Amino acid sequence: MAESATGTDVPSREQSISSEFSQFGEKAKVAFTKKNRLKVMVRREDLVDIATFVRQKLMFDHCTNVTGTDFPKEKELEITYHFGSTDGAGLRGMILSLACRVPSGDPTLPSLISIFPSADYHERETAEMIGAIFTGHPKLGRFMLPEDWSDIPPMLKAYRLPGRLEAE
Amino acid sequence: MSIPLPSSGLLTEPISEDKLTVSIGPQHPGAGHFRFMITVEGDTITDCVPDPGYVHRGAEKQTEYRNYVQSIPVLERSSLTDVTNIIMPFCMAAEELMGVQIPPRAKYLRMIMSENQRIISHLYWLGIQGIFLGHSTMFMWPLGDRDVLIDLGQMLGGARITYSYVIPGGVRNDLPSGFKDKAFKVYDYLESRLKDYERMFFSHPLFLKRTRGVGVLPRDEAIKLGVVGPVLRASDVRSDVRIDEPYNFYDEVDFEVPTFKECDTYARCMVHLIEMRQSMRIIRQCLEKMPQGPVRTKVTMTQRAAAGEAYSQVEASRGAMSFHVISTGGPKPYRTKISVPSFRNLIALPRLLIGSHVADMPAIYWSLDYWPVEADR
Repeated sequence: MAESATGTDVPSREQSISSEFSQFGEKAKVAFTKKNRLKVMVRREDLVDIATFVRQKLMFDHCTNVTGTDFPKEKELEITYHFGSTDGAGLRGMILSLACRVPSGDPTLPSLISIFPSADYHERETAEMIGAIFTGHPKLGRFMLPEDWSDIPPMLKAYRLPGRLEAE
Repeated sequence: MSIPLPSSGLLTEPISEDKLTVSIGPQHPGAGHFRFMITVEGDTITDCVPDPGYVHRGAEKQTEYRNYVQSIPVLERSSLTDVTNIIMPFCMAAEELMGVQIPPRAKYLRMIMSENQRIISHLYWLGIQGIFLGHSTMFMWPLGDRDVLIDLGQMLGGARITYSYVIPGGVRNDLPSGFKDKAFKVYDYLESRLKDYERMFFSHPLFLKRTRGVGVLPRDEAIKLGVVGPVLRASDVRSDVRIDEPYNFYDEVDFEVPTFKECDTYARCMVHLIEMRQSMRIIRQCLEKMPQGPVRTKVTMTQRAAAGEAYSQVEASRGAMSFHVISTGGPKPYRTKISVPSFRNLIALPRLLIGSHVADMPAIYWSLDYWPVEADR
Protein backbone atom coordinates (compact mmCIF):
# COMPACT_ATOMS: atom_id res chain seq x y z
CA MET A 1 0.00 0.00 0.00
CA ALA A 2 2.96 2.28 -0.22
CA GLU A 3 2.17 5.59 -1.84
CA SER A 4 4.56 8.26 -2.86
CA ALA A 5 4.50 11.49 -0.91
CA THR A 6 1.45 13.37 -2.08
CA GLY A 7 1.47 16.90 -3.46
CA THR A 8 3.04 20.06 -2.24
CA ASP A 9 0.25 21.06 0.15
CA VAL A 10 1.58 18.87 2.97
CA PRO A 11 2.03 21.20 5.96
CA SER A 12 5.46 21.72 7.42
CA ARG A 13 4.63 19.96 10.69
CA GLU A 14 4.18 16.64 8.92
CA GLN A 15 7.25 17.23 6.80
CA SER A 16 9.43 18.01 9.79
CA ILE A 17 8.31 14.81 11.57
CA SER A 18 8.83 12.91 8.35
CA SER A 19 12.38 14.23 8.02
CA GLU A 20 13.17 13.01 11.56
CA PHE A 21 13.07 9.48 10.19
CA SER A 22 15.89 10.16 7.73
CA GLN A 23 18.42 9.41 10.50
CA PHE A 24 17.31 5.76 10.33
CA GLY A 25 18.21 5.53 6.65
CA GLU A 26 16.97 2.30 5.11
CA LYS A 27 15.45 1.17 8.40
CA ALA A 28 12.47 3.53 8.16
CA LYS A 29 10.91 4.49 4.85
CA VAL A 30 8.23 7.14 4.79
CA ALA A 31 5.37 5.66 2.74
CA PHE A 32 3.23 8.78 2.59
CA THR A 33 2.79 12.17 4.18
CA LYS A 34 -0.50 14.01 4.06
CA LYS A 35 -2.36 16.40 6.29
CA ASN A 36 -2.24 15.07 9.87
CA ARG A 37 -1.20 11.61 8.65
CA LEU A 38 2.18 10.01 8.25
CA LYS A 39 2.99 6.40 7.49
CA VAL A 40 6.41 4.86 7.94
CA MET A 41 7.40 1.36 6.85
CA VAL A 42 9.78 -0.44 9.18
CA ARG A 43 11.29 -3.90 9.37
CA ARG A 44 10.31 -6.05 12.32
CA GLU A 45 13.84 -6.16 13.68
CA ASP A 46 13.86 -2.34 13.90
CA LEU A 47 10.30 -1.96 15.17
CA VAL A 48 11.18 -1.64 18.87
CA ASP A 49 13.94 0.92 18.26
CA ILE A 50 11.79 3.08 16.06
CA ALA A 51 8.75 2.80 18.36
CA THR A 52 10.96 3.89 21.26
CA PHE A 53 12.09 6.87 19.20
CA VAL A 54 8.46 7.70 18.36
CA ARG A 55 7.53 7.56 22.04
CA GLN A 56 10.52 9.30 23.58
CA LYS A 57 11.68 11.79 20.97
CA LEU A 58 8.61 12.48 18.86
CA MET A 59 6.30 12.42 21.93
CA PHE A 60 3.53 10.26 20.54
CA ASP A 61 2.11 8.89 23.77
CA HIS A 62 -0.63 6.41 22.97
CA CYS A 63 -1.67 3.80 20.44
CA THR A 64 -5.01 4.51 18.80
CA ASN A 65 -5.39 1.41 16.66
CA VAL A 66 -3.58 -1.61 15.26
CA THR A 67 -4.54 -2.90 11.82
CA GLY A 68 -3.59 -6.33 10.54
CA THR A 69 -4.00 -6.76 6.79
CA ASP A 70 -3.48 -9.92 4.79
CA PHE A 71 -1.84 -9.71 1.37
CA PRO A 72 -2.07 -13.30 0.12
CA LYS A 73 -0.45 -12.59 -3.26
CA GLU A 74 2.69 -11.31 -1.56
CA LYS A 75 2.30 -13.97 1.17
CA GLU A 76 2.67 -11.21 3.73
CA LEU A 77 0.77 -9.65 6.59
CA GLU A 78 1.01 -5.93 7.23
CA ILE A 79 0.68 -4.92 10.85
CA THR A 80 0.15 -1.18 11.21
CA TYR A 81 0.34 0.61 14.54
CA HIS A 82 -1.31 4.02 14.70
CA PHE A 83 -0.07 6.45 17.33
CA GLY A 84 -1.55 9.68 18.58
CA SER A 85 -0.32 12.31 20.96
CA THR A 86 -2.09 13.98 23.85
CA ASP A 87 0.75 15.88 25.46
CA GLY A 88 3.14 16.40 22.56
CA ALA A 89 3.30 20.10 21.67
CA GLY A 90 1.32 20.77 18.50
CA LEU A 91 0.75 17.09 17.78
CA ARG A 92 -2.96 16.89 18.58
CA GLY A 93 -4.94 15.33 15.76
CA MET A 94 -1.83 13.91 14.16
CA ILE A 95 -1.72 10.14 13.51
CA LEU A 96 1.64 8.48 12.94
CA SER A 97 1.46 4.97 11.51
CA LEU A 98 4.29 2.46 11.77
CA ALA A 99 3.74 -0.42 9.40
CA CYS A 100 5.63 -3.67 9.46
CA ARG A 101 5.41 -6.42 6.84
CA VAL A 102 5.92 -9.97 8.05
CA PRO A 103 5.83 -13.22 6.02
CA SER A 104 2.57 -15.16 6.38
CA GLY A 105 4.51 -18.30 7.24
CA ASP A 106 6.29 -16.66 10.15
CA PRO A 107 4.07 -13.82 11.37
CA THR A 108 6.06 -12.91 14.44
CA LEU A 109 6.99 -9.42 15.48
CA PRO A 110 7.90 -7.87 18.82
CA SER A 111 5.14 -6.62 21.08
CA LEU A 112 5.21 -2.89 21.80
CA ILE A 113 3.26 -2.92 25.05
CA SER A 114 6.31 -2.10 27.15
CA ILE A 115 6.65 1.15 25.17
CA PHE A 116 2.95 1.77 24.53
CA PRO A 117 0.82 0.05 27.23
CA SER A 118 -2.25 1.26 25.33
CA ALA A 119 -1.42 -1.20 22.51
CA ASP A 120 -2.22 -4.14 24.80
CA TYR A 121 -5.79 -5.01 23.78
CA HIS A 122 -5.19 -3.93 20.18
CA GLU A 123 -2.35 -6.45 19.90
CA ARG A 124 -4.45 -9.19 21.46
CA GLU A 125 -7.22 -8.53 18.99
CA THR A 126 -4.83 -8.43 16.02
CA ALA A 127 -3.14 -11.66 17.12
CA GLU A 128 -6.45 -13.42 17.20
CA MET A 129 -8.01 -11.94 14.09
CA ILE A 130 -5.08 -12.16 11.68
CA GLY A 131 -2.78 -14.69 13.36
CA ALA A 132 0.19 -12.39 14.04
CA ILE A 133 2.28 -13.41 17.03
CA PHE A 134 3.53 -10.55 19.17
CA THR A 135 6.56 -11.93 20.98
CA GLY A 136 6.85 -10.65 24.51
CA HIS A 137 3.13 -10.10 24.98
CA PRO A 138 2.19 -11.88 28.20
CA LYS A 139 -1.35 -12.78 27.29
CA LEU A 140 -2.12 -13.63 23.71
CA GLY A 141 -5.02 -16.03 23.36
CA ARG A 142 -8.75 -16.09 22.92
CA PHE A 143 -10.09 -12.60 23.36
CA MET A 144 -12.98 -11.65 21.08
CA LEU A 145 -13.69 -14.93 19.26
CA PRO A 146 -15.58 -17.82 20.88
CA GLU A 147 -13.36 -19.98 23.07
CA ASP A 148 -14.06 -23.01 20.87
CA TRP A 149 -13.18 -21.23 17.59
CA SER A 150 -11.26 -23.81 15.54
CA ASP A 151 -11.06 -22.16 12.11
CA ILE A 152 -8.25 -20.00 10.74
CA PRO A 153 -8.05 -16.38 11.93
CA PRO A 154 -11.11 -14.72 10.37
CA MET A 155 -9.50 -11.58 8.97
CA LEU A 156 -7.21 -13.62 6.71
CA LYS A 157 -8.39 -13.44 3.11
CA ALA A 158 -8.47 -17.26 3.00
CA TYR A 159 -11.34 -17.16 5.49
CA ARG A 160 -14.57 -16.56 3.57
CA LEU A 161 -17.87 -15.56 5.02
CA PRO A 162 -20.35 -18.38 4.44
CA GLY A 163 -23.07 -17.57 1.91
CA ARG A 164 -21.35 -14.51 0.49
CA LEU A 165 -19.95 -13.78 -2.94
CA GLU A 166 -16.39 -12.66 -3.53
CA ALA A 167 -14.76 -10.13 -1.25
CA GLU A 168 -12.55 -7.35 -2.54
CA MET B 1 -2.67 -22.23 7.88
CA SER B 2 -3.02 -22.63 11.56
CA ILE B 3 -1.31 -20.30 13.93
CA PRO B 4 -0.79 -21.67 17.41
CA LEU B 5 -2.21 -19.48 20.11
CA PRO B 6 -1.68 -20.06 23.81
CA SER B 7 -4.64 -21.53 25.65
CA SER B 8 -7.34 -19.32 27.08
CA GLY B 9 -6.43 -17.26 30.09
CA LEU B 10 -10.02 -17.04 31.22
CA LEU B 11 -10.34 -20.30 33.08
CA THR B 12 -11.16 -20.01 36.73
CA GLU B 13 -8.07 -20.67 38.72
CA PRO B 14 -8.03 -22.39 42.10
CA ILE B 15 -8.34 -19.79 44.78
CA SER B 16 -7.50 -19.72 48.42
CA GLU B 17 -9.99 -19.85 51.29
CA ASP B 18 -10.38 -16.11 51.61
CA LYS B 19 -10.58 -15.37 47.86
CA LEU B 20 -13.52 -15.90 45.58
CA THR B 21 -13.72 -15.60 41.81
CA VAL B 22 -17.00 -14.25 40.49
CA SER B 23 -18.11 -14.14 36.87
CA ILE B 24 -20.15 -11.01 36.11
CA GLY B 25 -22.25 -11.44 32.96
CA PRO B 26 -22.39 -12.28 30.11
CA GLN B 27 -26.16 -12.11 30.47
CA HIS B 28 -26.38 -8.35 30.44
CA PRO B 29 -24.54 -7.16 33.56
CA GLY B 30 -25.91 -3.72 32.89
CA ALA B 31 -26.07 -2.90 29.25
CA GLY B 32 -24.95 -5.28 26.56
CA HIS B 33 -23.57 -8.78 26.68
CA PHE B 34 -20.18 -8.76 28.25
CA ARG B 35 -18.45 -10.75 30.95
CA PHE B 36 -15.74 -9.89 33.37
CA MET B 37 -14.26 -12.10 36.02
CA ILE B 38 -13.44 -10.51 39.33
CA THR B 39 -11.57 -11.96 42.27
CA VAL B 40 -12.73 -10.65 45.60
CA GLU B 41 -11.13 -10.78 48.98
CA GLY B 42 -13.79 -9.81 51.45
CA ASP B 43 -15.37 -6.72 49.93
CA THR B 44 -12.33 -5.69 47.89
CA ILE B 45 -11.74 -6.55 44.25
CA THR B 46 -8.21 -7.91 43.84
CA ASP B 47 -8.30 -8.91 40.18
CA CYS B 48 -10.40 -8.24 37.11
CA VAL B 49 -10.22 -9.97 33.72
CA PRO B 50 -12.51 -8.55 31.00
CA ASP B 51 -13.85 -11.08 28.48
CA PRO B 52 -15.35 -9.20 25.52
CA GLY B 53 -16.60 -10.77 22.29
CA TYR B 54 -20.07 -12.10 23.11
CA VAL B 55 -21.58 -9.80 20.50
CA HIS B 56 -18.76 -9.90 17.97
CA ARG B 57 -20.38 -9.97 14.52
CA GLY B 58 -17.42 -9.42 12.26
CA ALA B 59 -18.50 -6.00 11.01
CA GLU B 60 -15.00 -5.38 9.65
CA LYS B 61 -15.02 -8.59 7.63
CA GLN B 62 -18.50 -7.88 6.31
CA THR B 63 -17.41 -4.57 4.78
CA GLU B 64 -14.97 -6.51 2.55
CA TYR B 65 -17.99 -8.14 0.88
CA ARG B 66 -20.01 -4.99 0.34
CA ASN B 67 -19.74 -1.78 -1.62
CA TYR B 68 -19.05 1.33 0.44
CA VAL B 69 -22.68 2.41 0.55
CA GLN B 70 -23.88 -1.11 1.36
CA SER B 71 -21.60 -1.29 4.40
CA ILE B 72 -23.44 1.50 6.17
CA PRO B 73 -26.39 -0.46 7.59
CA VAL B 74 -23.98 -3.15 8.80
CA LEU B 75 -21.68 -0.71 10.53
CA GLU B 76 -24.37 1.30 12.24
CA ARG B 77 -25.68 -1.81 13.95
CA SER B 78 -22.41 -1.99 15.87
CA SER B 79 -23.40 1.01 17.90
CA LEU B 80 -27.13 1.46 18.06
CA THR B 81 -27.10 4.36 20.50
CA ASP B 82 -24.55 6.19 18.39
CA VAL B 83 -25.28 5.31 14.76
CA THR B 84 -24.36 8.63 13.14
CA ASN B 85 -20.96 8.82 14.76
CA ILE B 86 -19.89 5.32 13.77
CA ILE B 87 -20.80 5.81 10.10
CA MET B 88 -19.40 9.30 9.73
CA PRO B 89 -15.67 8.39 9.88
CA PHE B 90 -16.30 5.52 7.47
CA CYS B 91 -17.96 7.92 5.03
CA MET B 92 -15.16 10.44 5.52
CA ALA B 93 -12.57 7.77 4.70
CA ALA B 94 -14.57 6.63 1.66
CA GLU B 95 -14.91 10.24 0.45
CA GLU B 96 -11.19 10.79 0.85
CA LEU B 97 -10.42 7.69 -1.21
CA MET B 98 -13.05 8.52 -3.83
CA GLY B 99 -11.97 12.15 -4.01
CA VAL B 100 -15.49 13.37 -3.28
CA GLN B 101 -16.12 16.80 -1.74
CA ILE B 102 -19.34 17.16 0.22
CA PRO B 103 -21.53 20.30 0.13
CA PRO B 104 -21.37 22.72 3.10
CA ARG B 105 -25.02 22.20 3.99
CA ALA B 106 -24.40 18.46 4.29
CA LYS B 107 -21.59 19.13 6.74
CA TYR B 108 -23.93 21.17 8.94
CA LEU B 109 -26.60 18.48 8.73
CA ARG B 110 -24.03 15.89 9.75
CA MET B 111 -23.15 18.01 12.77
CA ILE B 112 -26.82 18.39 13.75
CA MET B 113 -27.47 14.67 13.53
CA SER B 114 -24.21 13.82 15.25
CA GLU B 115 -24.83 16.13 18.20
CA ASN B 116 -28.45 15.01 18.53
CA GLN B 117 -27.09 11.47 18.61
CA ARG B 118 -24.62 12.41 21.32
CA ILE B 119 -27.48 13.64 23.52
CA ILE B 120 -29.48 10.47 22.83
CA SER B 121 -26.49 8.33 23.77
CA HIS B 122 -25.72 10.36 26.90
CA LEU B 123 -29.35 10.21 28.06
CA TYR B 124 -29.29 6.44 27.67
CA TRP B 125 -26.04 6.36 29.63
CA LEU B 126 -27.57 8.56 32.33
CA GLY B 127 -30.61 6.31 32.73
CA ILE B 128 -28.45 3.24 33.27
CA GLN B 129 -26.09 5.09 35.61
CA GLY B 130 -29.17 6.16 37.60
CA ILE B 131 -30.44 2.63 38.05
CA PHE B 132 -26.93 1.37 38.83
CA LEU B 133 -26.81 3.81 41.70
CA GLY B 134 -30.22 2.67 42.90
CA HIS B 135 -32.04 5.78 41.69
CA SER B 136 -35.00 4.50 39.69
CA THR B 137 -36.39 7.97 38.90
CA MET B 138 -33.14 8.77 37.14
CA PHE B 139 -33.71 5.69 35.01
CA MET B 140 -37.24 6.74 34.02
CA TRP B 141 -36.67 10.43 33.32
CA PRO B 142 -33.77 10.34 30.84
CA LEU B 143 -35.15 7.35 28.97
CA GLY B 144 -38.49 9.11 28.65
CA ASP B 145 -36.91 12.37 27.52
CA ARG B 146 -34.67 10.48 25.12
CA ASP B 147 -37.77 9.61 23.14
CA VAL B 148 -38.38 13.26 22.34
CA LEU B 149 -34.92 13.47 20.80
CA ILE B 150 -35.42 10.22 18.94
CA ASP B 151 -38.59 11.78 17.48
CA LEU B 152 -36.47 14.68 16.32
CA GLY B 153 -33.95 12.30 14.76
CA GLN B 154 -36.84 10.50 13.10
CA MET B 155 -38.03 13.76 11.54
CA LEU B 156 -34.63 14.18 9.94
CA GLY B 157 -33.59 10.59 9.25
CA GLY B 158 -36.89 8.80 8.75
CA ALA B 159 -36.24 5.97 11.20
CA ARG B 160 -36.02 6.00 14.97
CA ILE B 161 -32.66 4.35 15.61
CA THR B 162 -30.89 3.15 12.48
CA TYR B 163 -31.46 5.96 10.04
CA SER B 164 -28.36 5.52 7.80
CA TYR B 165 -28.53 9.28 7.48
CA VAL B 166 -24.89 9.91 6.69
CA ILE B 167 -23.80 8.41 3.37
CA PRO B 168 -20.68 8.83 1.22
CA GLY B 169 -21.17 12.13 -0.56
CA GLY B 170 -23.27 13.88 2.10
CA VAL B 171 -26.50 13.06 3.85
CA ARG B 172 -29.63 11.34 2.62
CA ASN B 173 -32.11 14.19 2.79
CA ASP B 174 -32.54 17.83 3.67
CA LEU B 175 -34.30 19.26 6.72
CA PRO B 176 -38.05 18.71 6.65
CA SER B 177 -40.27 21.77 7.02
CA GLY B 178 -40.86 22.80 10.60
CA PHE B 179 -37.71 21.04 11.85
CA LYS B 180 -36.04 24.17 13.13
CA ASP B 181 -39.00 25.28 15.26
CA LYS B 182 -39.49 21.80 16.63
CA ALA B 183 -35.78 21.45 17.40
CA PHE B 184 -35.66 24.73 19.34
CA LYS B 185 -38.72 23.66 21.30
CA VAL B 186 -37.24 20.24 22.10
CA TYR B 187 -33.91 21.68 23.22
CA ASP B 188 -35.62 24.33 25.38
CA TYR B 189 -37.51 21.50 27.02
CA LEU B 190 -34.34 19.46 27.49
CA GLU B 191 -32.49 22.45 28.98
CA SER B 192 -35.16 22.69 31.67
CA ARG B 193 -35.06 18.94 32.21
CA LEU B 194 -31.28 18.99 32.66
CA LYS B 195 -31.80 21.48 35.48
CA ASP B 196 -34.26 19.02 37.03
CA TYR B 197 -31.72 16.22 36.66
CA GLU B 198 -29.13 18.33 38.37
CA ARG B 199 -31.40 19.09 41.31
CA MET B 200 -32.74 15.58 41.53
CA PHE B 201 -29.64 13.49 40.91
CA PHE B 202 -26.36 15.29 40.35
CA SER B 203 -26.54 17.23 43.61
CA HIS B 204 -28.11 14.38 45.57
CA PRO B 205 -25.99 13.39 48.60
CA LEU B 206 -26.38 9.73 47.66
CA PHE B 207 -24.98 10.35 44.19
CA LEU B 208 -22.10 12.39 45.56
CA LYS B 209 -21.24 9.80 48.22
CA ARG B 210 -21.20 6.98 45.72
CA THR B 211 -19.19 8.71 43.02
CA ARG B 212 -16.74 11.15 44.62
CA GLY B 213 -13.28 9.67 45.01
CA VAL B 214 -14.49 6.40 43.47
CA GLY B 215 -12.62 4.90 40.52
CA VAL B 216 -9.91 7.55 40.25
CA LEU B 217 -7.95 7.48 36.97
CA PRO B 218 -5.08 10.01 37.25
CA ARG B 219 -4.21 12.15 34.26
CA ASP B 220 -0.90 10.49 33.37
CA GLU B 221 -2.41 7.02 33.56
CA ALA B 222 -5.35 8.01 31.40
CA ILE B 223 -2.93 9.14 28.70
CA LYS B 224 -0.74 6.07 29.10
CA LEU B 225 -3.71 3.72 28.74
CA GLY B 226 -4.94 5.65 25.71
CA VAL B 227 -8.50 6.15 26.97
CA VAL B 228 -10.73 8.54 25.05
CA GLY B 229 -13.78 10.73 25.26
CA PRO B 230 -15.54 11.64 28.50
CA VAL B 231 -13.22 9.29 30.44
CA LEU B 232 -10.14 11.17 29.23
CA ARG B 233 -11.70 14.59 29.73
CA ALA B 234 -12.76 13.66 33.27
CA SER B 235 -9.07 12.91 33.90
CA ASP B 236 -8.23 16.55 33.23
CA VAL B 237 -7.16 16.24 29.60
CA ARG B 238 -8.71 18.75 27.22
CA SER B 239 -8.81 16.40 24.28
CA ASP B 240 -11.60 16.18 21.77
CA VAL B 241 -11.30 15.32 18.07
CA ARG B 242 -13.72 18.18 17.37
CA ILE B 243 -11.04 20.67 18.46
CA ASP B 244 -7.88 18.61 17.86
CA GLU B 245 -8.65 17.86 14.23
CA PRO B 246 -11.84 19.78 13.38
CA TYR B 247 -13.97 18.03 10.80
CA ASN B 248 -17.23 19.34 9.26
CA PHE B 249 -17.56 22.90 10.62
CA TYR B 250 -16.62 22.35 14.26
CA ASP B 251 -14.01 25.09 13.94
CA GLU B 252 -16.76 27.58 13.14
CA VAL B 253 -19.03 26.98 16.12
CA ASP B 254 -18.46 27.87 19.76
CA PHE B 255 -18.54 25.17 22.37
CA GLU B 256 -16.71 24.22 25.49
CA VAL B 257 -14.88 21.00 26.20
CA PRO B 258 -15.46 20.19 29.87
CA THR B 259 -12.57 18.87 31.94
CA PHE B 260 -12.37 17.99 35.63
CA LYS B 261 -9.46 17.70 37.99
CA GLU B 262 -11.15 15.08 40.17
CA CYS B 263 -10.50 12.21 37.69
CA ASP B 264 -13.18 10.10 39.44
CA THR B 265 -16.62 8.67 38.67
CA TYR B 266 -18.23 11.97 39.67
CA ALA B 267 -16.12 13.81 37.08
CA ARG B 268 -17.04 11.31 34.37
CA CYS B 269 -20.73 11.78 35.16
CA MET B 270 -20.47 15.57 35.13
CA VAL B 271 -18.66 15.54 31.77
CA HIS B 272 -21.65 13.74 30.27
CA LEU B 273 -24.07 16.29 31.72
CA ILE B 274 -22.12 19.29 30.44
CA GLU B 275 -21.60 17.72 27.02
CA MET B 276 -25.35 17.44 26.51
CA ARG B 277 -25.68 21.21 27.02
CA GLN B 278 -22.78 21.87 24.67
CA SER B 279 -24.29 19.64 21.99
CA MET B 280 -27.51 21.65 22.12
CA ARG B 281 -25.46 24.80 21.83
CA ILE B 282 -23.74 23.45 18.71
CA ILE B 283 -27.04 22.39 17.08
CA ARG B 284 -28.59 25.82 17.70
CA GLN B 285 -25.62 27.50 16.01
CA CYS B 286 -25.73 25.05 13.09
CA LEU B 287 -29.43 25.70 12.50
CA GLU B 288 -28.76 29.44 12.40
CA LYS B 289 -25.59 29.35 10.29
CA MET B 290 -26.52 26.66 7.81
CA PRO B 291 -26.39 27.87 4.17
CA GLN B 292 -28.88 26.82 1.51
CA GLY B 293 -27.74 24.37 -1.13
CA PRO B 294 -27.50 20.72 -2.07
CA VAL B 295 -27.06 18.10 0.65
CA ARG B 296 -25.24 15.42 -1.28
CA THR B 297 -22.76 14.85 -4.04
CA LYS B 298 -23.67 11.91 -6.18
CA VAL B 299 -21.81 8.75 -5.27
CA THR B 300 -23.01 5.71 -7.18
CA MET B 301 -23.58 2.35 -5.58
CA THR B 302 -20.58 0.82 -7.35
CA GLN B 303 -18.30 3.84 -7.22
CA ARG B 304 -14.66 2.82 -7.02
CA ALA B 305 -12.23 4.28 -4.54
CA ALA B 306 -8.65 5.02 -5.51
CA ALA B 307 -6.01 2.57 -4.32
CA GLY B 308 -4.50 3.76 -1.08
CA GLU B 309 -5.49 4.16 2.49
CA ALA B 310 -7.32 6.64 4.66
CA TYR B 311 -7.42 7.08 8.41
CA SER B 312 -10.33 9.17 9.59
CA GLN B 313 -11.51 10.01 13.07
CA VAL B 314 -14.42 11.78 14.71
CA GLU B 315 -15.49 12.46 18.26
CA ALA B 316 -18.29 9.97 18.88
CA SER B 317 -20.44 10.02 22.01
CA ARG B 318 -18.01 7.79 23.87
CA GLY B 319 -14.82 9.26 22.46
CA ALA B 320 -12.57 9.16 19.43
CA MET B 321 -13.88 6.78 16.77
CA SER B 322 -11.45 6.05 13.98
CA PHE B 323 -11.49 4.03 10.78
CA HIS B 324 -8.51 2.77 8.84
CA VAL B 325 -9.75 1.90 5.37
CA ILE B 326 -7.45 0.27 2.82
CA SER B 327 -8.53 0.22 -0.81
CA THR B 328 -7.02 -1.57 -3.80
CA GLY B 329 -9.05 0.48 -6.25
CA GLY B 330 -12.27 -1.53 -6.23
CA PRO B 331 -15.83 -0.72 -5.20
CA LYS B 332 -15.39 -2.50 -1.86
CA PRO B 333 -12.88 -1.80 0.90
CA TYR B 334 -9.94 -4.22 0.93
CA ARG B 335 -9.67 -3.90 4.69
CA THR B 336 -11.54 -1.84 7.25
CA LYS B 337 -10.22 -1.51 10.76
CA ILE B 338 -12.41 0.21 13.29
CA SER B 339 -11.06 1.59 16.53
CA VAL B 340 -14.06 2.18 18.73
CA PRO B 341 -13.99 4.21 21.94
CA SER B 342 -15.58 1.46 24.04
CA PHE B 343 -12.79 -0.93 23.13
CA ARG B 344 -10.16 1.67 23.92
CA ASN B 345 -11.73 2.48 27.28
CA LEU B 346 -12.04 -1.17 28.29
CA ILE B 347 -8.36 -1.26 29.22
CA ALA B 348 -9.16 1.12 32.09
CA LEU B 349 -11.72 -1.24 33.65
CA PRO B 350 -9.26 -3.59 35.42
CA ARG B 351 -7.16 -0.60 36.45
CA LEU B 352 -10.17 1.07 38.10
CA LEU B 353 -11.81 -2.00 39.61
CA ILE B 354 -8.75 -3.52 41.26
CA GLY B 355 -8.67 -2.17 44.78
CA SER B 356 -12.28 -0.95 44.72
CA HIS B 357 -15.19 -2.22 46.76
CA VAL B 358 -17.68 -4.58 45.16
CA ALA B 359 -20.46 -2.10 45.84
CA ASP B 360 -18.69 0.51 43.70
CA MET B 361 -18.36 -1.82 40.74
CA PRO B 362 -21.57 -0.85 38.86
CA ALA B 363 -20.89 2.87 39.23
CA ILE B 364 -17.31 2.52 37.98
CA TYR B 365 -18.18 0.11 35.18
CA TRP B 366 -20.89 2.29 33.74
CA SER B 367 -19.01 5.55 34.22
CA LEU B 368 -16.72 4.30 31.43
CA ASP B 369 -19.82 4.19 29.19
CA TYR B 370 -18.66 0.81 27.96
CA TRP B 371 -21.00 -0.43 25.25
CA PRO B 372 -20.19 -4.10 24.50
CA VAL B 373 -21.86 -4.18 21.08
CA GLU B 374 -19.73 -1.26 19.96
CA ALA B 375 -16.53 -2.67 21.47
CA ASP B 376 -16.98 -6.11 19.88
CA ARG B 377 -18.09 -4.82 16.47
